[in-house]
Amino acid sequence: MNVNGVEHPAPIDPRRLLADHLRHDLGLTGTHVGCEHGVCGCCTVLLDGEPVRSCLMLGVQAEGHEITTIEGLARDGEPLHPVQQAFHECHGLQCGFCTPGFVMSVVGLLARHPQPTAQQIEEGIAGNLCRCTGYASIRRAVSRAVELRAK
Amino acid sequence: MPRRRDARDLKPPPFQYHTPATVHEACSLLGSLEDAKVLAGGQSLIPLLNFRLARPKHLVDINGIAALDRIYERDGGVAVQALVRQAAVEDSEVVARICPLLSSAITLVAHRVIRNRGTVCGSLAHADPASELPAVLLALGGRVVARSARGERTIAADQFFVGVFETALAPDELLVEAWFPASRQPSLILEESRRHGDFALAGVVRADDRLALFGVAPTPVLADPRDPARGLEPSGDLEATPDFRLHLVRVLADKAFAA
Amino acid sequence: MTTRWFGAPVQRVEDDRLLRGKGRFTDDIGGALECCFVRSPYAHARVQSIDVSAAREMPGVVAVYTAADLPFGAIDLPLLIPHPNLTHGRTQRCLASEVVRYAGEAVAFVIAETRYLAEDAAELVQVEYEALPVVITPEAAALAEHLVHQDVPGNVAAEMQQVVGDVDAALANAPRRKHLRLRFERGAASPMEARAVWASWSSEERKLTVYDSTQSPTSIRGGLAVLFGLPESSVEVIAPDVGGGFGPKIMLFYPDELLVPFAAMQLGRPVKWTEDRQEHFTAVNQERGQVHEVDVGFDAEGRVLALSDDFIHDGGAYTPYGIILPIITAAQIPGPYRLPSYRVRFRDLYTNATPTSPYRGAGRPHACFVMERTLDAIASDLNLDRIEVRRRNMIRANDFPYDVGVAWQDGNTVVYDSGNYPELLDRALALLGPKPAGDNVGMGIAVYVEGTGVGPYEGAHVQVLVSGKVIAATGIPSQGQAHATVWAQVVADELGVDVEDVEITSGDTRRFPWGVGTFASRGAVTAGNAMHVAARMVAGKAKAIAADHLEANPDDLELAGGRVFVKGSPDKGMPLGAVAVLSNPVRYAFGGGTEAATQFTGRSRPGPPLHDGEQPGLEATGYYSPPGSTWASGCHAAYVRVDAKTFRLEILKYVVVHDCGRVINPLVLQGQIEGGVAQGIGGAFYERLAYDEDGQLRNGSFMEFLMPYATEIPAIEIDHIETPSPLNPLGVKGAGEAGVIPVGAVLASAIEDAMHVPITEMPLSPLKLYELSMLKT
Repeated sequence: MNVNGVEHPAPIDPRRLLADHLRHDLGLTGTHVGCEHGVCGCCTVLLDGEPVRSCLMLGVQAEGHEITTIEGLARDGEPLHPVQQAFHECHGLQCGFCTPGFVMSVVGLLARHPQPTAQQIEEGIAGNLCRCTGYASIRRAVSRAVELRAK
Repeated sequence: MPRRRDARDLKPPPFQYHTPATVHEACSLLGSLEDAKVLAGGQSLIPLLNFRLARPKHLVDINGIAALDRIYERDGGVAVQALVRQAAVEDSEVVARICPLLSSAITLVAHRVIRNRGTVCGSLAHADPASELPAVLLALGGRVVARSARGERTIAADQFFVGVFETALAPDELLVEAWFPASRQPSLILEESRRHGDFALAGVVRADDRLALFGVAPTPVLADPRDPARGLEPSGDLEATPDFRLHLVRVLADKAFAA
Repeated sequence: MTTRWFGAPVQRVEDDRLLRGKGRFTDDIGGALECCFVRSPYAHARVQSIDVSAAREMPGVVAVYTAADLPFGAIDLPLLIPHPNLTHGRTQRCLASEVVRYAGEAVAFVIAETRYLAEDAAELVQVEYEALPVVITPEAAALAEHLVHQDVPGNVAAEMQQVVGDVDAALANAPRRKHLRLRFERGAASPMEARAVWASWSSEERKLTVYDSTQSPTSIRGGLAVLFGLPESSVEVIAPDVGGGFGPKIMLFYPDELLVPFAAMQLGRPVKWTEDRQEHFTAVNQERGQVHEVDVGFDAEGRVLALSDDFIHDGGAYTPYGIILPIITAAQIPGPYRLPSYRVRFRDLYTNATPTSPYRGAGRPHACFVMERTLDAIASDLNLDRIEVRRRNMIRANDFPYDVGVAWQDGNTVVYDSGNYPELLDRALALLGPKPAGDNVGMGIAVYVEGTGVGPYEGAHVQVLVSGKVIAATGIPSQGQAHATVWAQVVADELGVDVEDVEITSGDTRRFPWGVGTFASRGAVTAGNAMHVAARMVAGKAKAIAADHLEANPDDLELAGGRVFVKGSPDKGMPLGAVAVLSNPVRYAFGGGTEAATQFTGRSRPGPPLHDGEQPGLEATGYYSPPGSTWASGCHAAYVRVDAKTFRLEILKYVVVHDCGRVINPLVLQGQIEGGVAQGIGGAFYERLAYDEDGQLRNGSFMEFLMPYATEIPAIEIDHIETPSPLNPLGVKGAGEAGVIPVGAVLASAIEDAMHVPITEMPLSPLKLYELSMLKT
């Protein structure tokens, strides 16, 4: 599997969840695990460009696919990705645990709807739980990300 | 979600993992293996594995099968193959043109991130009584195609859903395709759920003059629009008593037929 | 003082690493064995036997512990806050071996090469239980047909009564009286990161290093040192990035906080336990279950003459946290209102459910609910306007300090330091605007106070490096509150540096070993003021050193732009980094400014380089110990619509006017309030912990415990007033819990207004509203 542009072998144990494989075998601990039953969205990564839950995929299933994790959006030393930058500017994160999942979901949302309506924003972030922000600042961050991407 | 008392698990138990490259291969695995489960989108099955509520000896992962992800016109309706993701149906112009009811119903299934991976056929085969797609198939009078080493058969929607999480599929059968007839106006789906994207407390699908209900019986059921709750004995849970479910289904059916 | 950073909407310094996926949460630390608990499936049972032999033999398993394997297996875990009224305090043991008293109580601990294998092995542990009768609601606990602890009569852990004035006489003479029964169910904090502990023991250095997602690493360190017989210098506890806390990440101790370090020492290998979501629902403390019986006497104008509340508190199976929760409730019921006479009695009762300890709001949402429901009931009884009834009872702006006369959680009595409650009410109504048209629309309002910033103290260490950068540390950890930003603002102002040049470390005993913890909306008040005190000491030291060097009077110097200079003569000065060099008599350093610091400049003082009483380094440690709590306050109001047929709730508008004294960072404050309100909405209409009569939690997953998504949370409009606290140098009050406190009261009031059915319980749901509407018809 290709993770953030680098080829990696799939896990040996077929039951190992993709989230665990990314975090503990590949050391990409930016992908977080919040519920392991697909509800919270903390573990969201891009599978061939589309956001999916990495706790609801086996690691072996990513064989032959491209995975992008939060670490793959902006390389070390590079400026933040527009979605990351927007979360920063709008105080779209507090504890930061749900943040990678939200960012990956929003990257997926904006790829599909570069100029999302308010309802598309609402539904685009509605698959992720955040316990800190109350979502208001995340909504603002999505709107800001649209502006930053247009620049 | 069924309960277990000794809660301590959120990692899958061990299983044998199989990756057939063809439908034929998948069917011969399903025909020969004891206690095998088909893994398609995994959005229902993997949570069950993580909770160790499902403990199959074998997982037959069909995601590697080529040419099983087509949406196409067939017999005046739309056929959706086993590996078609719900998101693809949501975005499909063919579906929007022929069966807009399915397009709108899809948006009520969980969230886009789940739909990116979850499949339509998987949702039908899982047969959650509170889920939307089985009721859509039933309301439209659709059917599914099941394949096994023994051959292929077509199962009508009203024969397919037999109980809670239970279908007419035999253990050796693979659901390879679902067929949704064209939806004619007026057709619509209405549901009440606690949160956006949750399974419905109760829901109704209207397809022309047909009415299917979900969340109020062990399977989706067809009902008389003039007396939709007749004969129903829904189960109760934390969010809805049987009485509240009957109330909701009446309210929703009235609304669907007032439109 | 300069106020360049204080009050500015500074964007967070924490964000960059968290946004890049470079945060460091406990489970991110690898290289460790992984573990899993065997937990009781019964809410109350006698443990008859535990057989771990098959689990021990499984390949990949490293160790399996039961109570019998632990040197501390037979001791009760600590009771954090004893109280004279807690006559029957009980705490659990690390691993139960005789009786389990809640479903989820730990019985055995399995350590393996991976969590997968540990879970496999846990399935092989055979425990035989003899089921015992279960006591699950506070009402059942009060009936005491069965006992949770055989040696605790009536299931009563504590009983406490406080009386202000002659309540019986005032009630008897009141022109009108009303009785209300008000009920709050259990909820859960549910931070997105569950709990985790990682530990490593170095036998060479005799050093135990523990990473713990705790809200109180300093106390964990102290406890571990005592338990393991080590000097505190051999134990370091670090709370790294913590994915939300909201209260229950402080208990002192959860069993894992002892077992993981113990296993690491025993096995000589790092050990990590990461709680999964399923066990989080039963193993982590909960809150909010209370039942209140309120009697209120009032006059024809709606003025309260006497209020008597007798309530029972669902304490859960043990009382590790003492009786802080009902004490807070008892203290906070009067809120912003004058009660000429007030009596409150509570009983803290044992039930066969997970223990309780503070969850954001901590006893206050219930208190606010009781008072505001009571005022609405008075208004309804007299057919008076609800707002007018509140005004007539409200403490006025010139009544401060205002002594409520009941006990507070710090042992003092409740004395409100400052506030302006009528102003809150007026502003909220202005912000709320006219009622939207349409049927089934209701208005709700609630005013509350919140005791924040409790003691005993926090401390801070601030140091200017020779680079001119500033590092600062405090003992209390962060769980997302932007501490590193707001404290940097405080420090930057005192030292005249850029906020980006201040790096804060929190919750790491290696950097600051003293302190209490992050709870009770106290971070900004206690650690914030400690930062201020320490930074001011450093500023004074910088002036003294620079004055000597510049041959100037220290009082004539000022700190700004990263330099110390003579006021009005910016050229006559030196970089702060150079002062840091001068502060160390060895005077070696790389970097700019060192030329000025050489001893060969001829400007050195006579005598030894370090005079009596001087300490090297441009650093200082300061402490702040509050004389009493600071009392924040606020008013929330909302319009809602309840669908007459489906009972779906739509929040049409929600406004907040908040007063937490001087605001350090409005951006951060907005986030705290928005997040708090969302949690309040969750707790009022979506989330409840539903136990069945066997004591089984029926909704212990995110599929069934309905935390709101974005689609369920409306936009919130916020306004502020600032009445500075006279109690601390910064004039600040706490803000962390404020958002959540009145939401239940507001929504109850609004739904009652919309549906014309009495709302007496929390949380609500469409089902509950349907049932209430059926009762009405």
